[in-house]
Amino acid sequence: MKKLVVFMSVMLMTGATTAQTLEVCKTCAITSVQAAITQAKAFDTIVVKKGTYKEHNLNFDKPLTIIGKDQPVIDGELKGEIITITSDNVTIDGLMIKNVGTSYTADYAAIRVKRSKNFTIQNVVLEKLFFGIYIERSSDGKILNNKIIGDAVEEYNSGNGIQLWYSKNVQIENNIVQHVRDGIYLEFSDFCTIKNNLSSLNVRYGLHFMFSNDDVYEGNEFSNNGAGVAVMFSKRIKMYNNLFKDNWGTASYGMLLKEINDAEIIGNTFHDNTIGINIEGSNRIIYKHNNFRNNGWAIKVRGACYTNTFTENNFLYNSFDIAYNSNVNDNTFDRNYWSSYTGYDLNKNGIGDIPYRPVKLFSYIVNRTPETIILLRSMFIDIIDFSEKVSPVFTPDDLLDNNPLMKKATW
Amino acid sequence: MLKILKYSFYDLMRSRWSYVYFAFYLLLGIVLLFLNNDLSKAVITLMNVIIILVPLIGTIFGVMYYYNSKEFTELLLAQPLKRSSIFLGQYLGVAISLSMSLILGLGLPFVFYGLFESSAIWDFSLLLITGTFLTLIFTALAFNIALSNENKIKGFGYAILLWLFLAVIYDGIFLLVLIGFEEYPLDKVSLIGTMLNPIDLSRTLILLKLDISALLGYTGAIFKQFFGTNYGLIVSFIALSLWVIVPVLRIVYKSKKKDF
Repeated sequence: MKKLVVFMSVMLMTGATTAQTLEVCKTCAITSVQAAITQAKAFDTIVVKKGTYKEHNLNFDKPLTIIGKDQPVIDGELKGEIITITSDNVTIDGLMIKNVGTSYTADYAAIRVKRSKNFTIQNVVLEKLFFGIYIERSSDGKILNNKIIGDAVEEYNSGNGIQLWYSKNVQIENNIVQHVRDGIYLEFSDFCTIKNNLSSLNVRYGLHFMFSNDDVYEGNEFSNNGAGVAVMFSKRIKMYNNLFKDNWGTASYGMLLKEINDAEIIGNTFHDNTIGINIEGSNRIIYKHNNFRNNGWAIKVRGACYTNTFTENNFLYNSFDIAYNSNVNDNTFDRNYWSSYTGYDLNKNGIGDIPYRPVKLFSYIVNRTPETIILLRSMFIDIIDFSEKVSPVFTPDDLLDNNPLMKKATW
Repeated sequence: MLKILKYSFYDLMRSRWSYVYFAFYLLLGIVLLFLNNDLSKAVITLMNVIIILVPLIGTIFGVMYYYNSKEFTELLLAQPLKRSSIFLGQYLGVAISLSMSLILGLGLPFVFYGLFESSAIWDFSLLLITGTFLTLIFTALAFNIALSNENKIKGFGYAILLWLFLAVIYDGIFLLVLIGFEEYPLDKVSLIGTMLNPIDLSRTLILLKLDISALLGYTGAIFKQFFGTNYGLIVSFIALSLWVIVPVLRIVYKSKKKDF
């Protein structure tokens, strides 16, 4: 009896305080999402049941939660933007949204968040899109477990999967982004976390940073993208445990760093990329515990890169370990494992007794005259590489790993 | 011709050198596979061996065989036999027995290792095919040198020089040309330069299937177009075939004219 009283009172109290739930389905009182939004009050929950709803320009201008049951479809019929969020505290969960309109003047998105806080977009599936999730001037949001599959072919008429513009503190986790222009694009967005996403088969970049500082991305996989991952004009970015693979093409790389300062690149794996990391104008970056395997160039240093440190990385079977285009060096290489190291370790301390020169003469020549790559693995090239190793003339003579590891670095 | 081929072939099969050659490849294959444990890496190492050693052994063996069997050849010439069939028979005998040592010596360990279930089978077959081509080419070149030089020492000298030129010096000159003319478009020059040297051609052909294709495309559209398609593969094989046919034709021509 006592229990029943407690239960009843709890029911009454919650009934009084929680907002109401509106149901949308073909046979319900409300048959369209637009109608539900109009009727709902702040903090209401809209439950959309299975079915296809042909709607666009849905404007969430009050704090609402919309939940899709059994993945209802909202079909924009290529007419323009589908969902726009202009209020704080909006949650979108479990919808499937498709057929976003394409325009050359407006960036139509499947879901756009404008000047809002505390938004959550999760378990959403986007198909046939222009822009996927577009966050502008918003903060403190979450984008979780979404699946974005576009059908982009050309750069000029396609949009990005997830785009952040002037946004802060956004968490992007466990999303799958494929076949769009840039998988994930951050511009002027600080303090964001990008974690455990899969970004692959995109026309341009898997992940693209522009003027965004203090972001973290970790545990993501970037594969088979048109040009790999580009991190540009940003400061204090942390890149941990990501996988960059199969970015194999004439102008592809695992990662492009341009004007990046004070970043940390730790525990990443780069394999089967034309260029593992392409570095330009980047300073004070820490490279540690990364694996570079079977790349054309593991690291290509273009110039104006100072005070970078490379420690305890594994360079395994790359055609070229490091390419430099000048003979000035201000970067430090220490305790890395190089699969092409041929030295010995007499005192058995696990560190090679003679230093390793990661820049080969041939990589210098290829930098100067790219056509000479046709002589790769020729015996003559091995001979001149050897003579350069003995007495460096063209390659920076202070570019040395003084403590090359004898066995693969483990951590 | 077939009879002479058969004779030369059995003669070589009985000789110690074929077995040494066979055993060398067998050992190489086994060591590579069991030290490397990575089939595609083993293929790269094998490539380095094949483009250097196969031509060398083909050249030396060819010259050696010609000079050693010279008395027997003169005996044969006294018989009512066509000259071309005598020399072609000998040439094919040497080339085929060398190719067999190569294919069996390298093939067996790989087959036992489980090549047929691996994706590297095409790379590996390409390796063996180019290896065979190189054997055919360099044995033919060796016979040419031997036919043109009565003096054994001179013949050996030229043979070694030829190998050294094609394996090392040619690439040096090639590199100098490329660097010297770096201001000009070099795509076509480097393609032609590759075609003119069977060792370079084989190397490029194998690398295309391995790691180089994207790196080559990096340099320009012509490379990409040529090497990215089957067209490049076909042209390369035609060039390799020409490298076999032309020296063989010269053997026939030279042997007809030669005064013994």
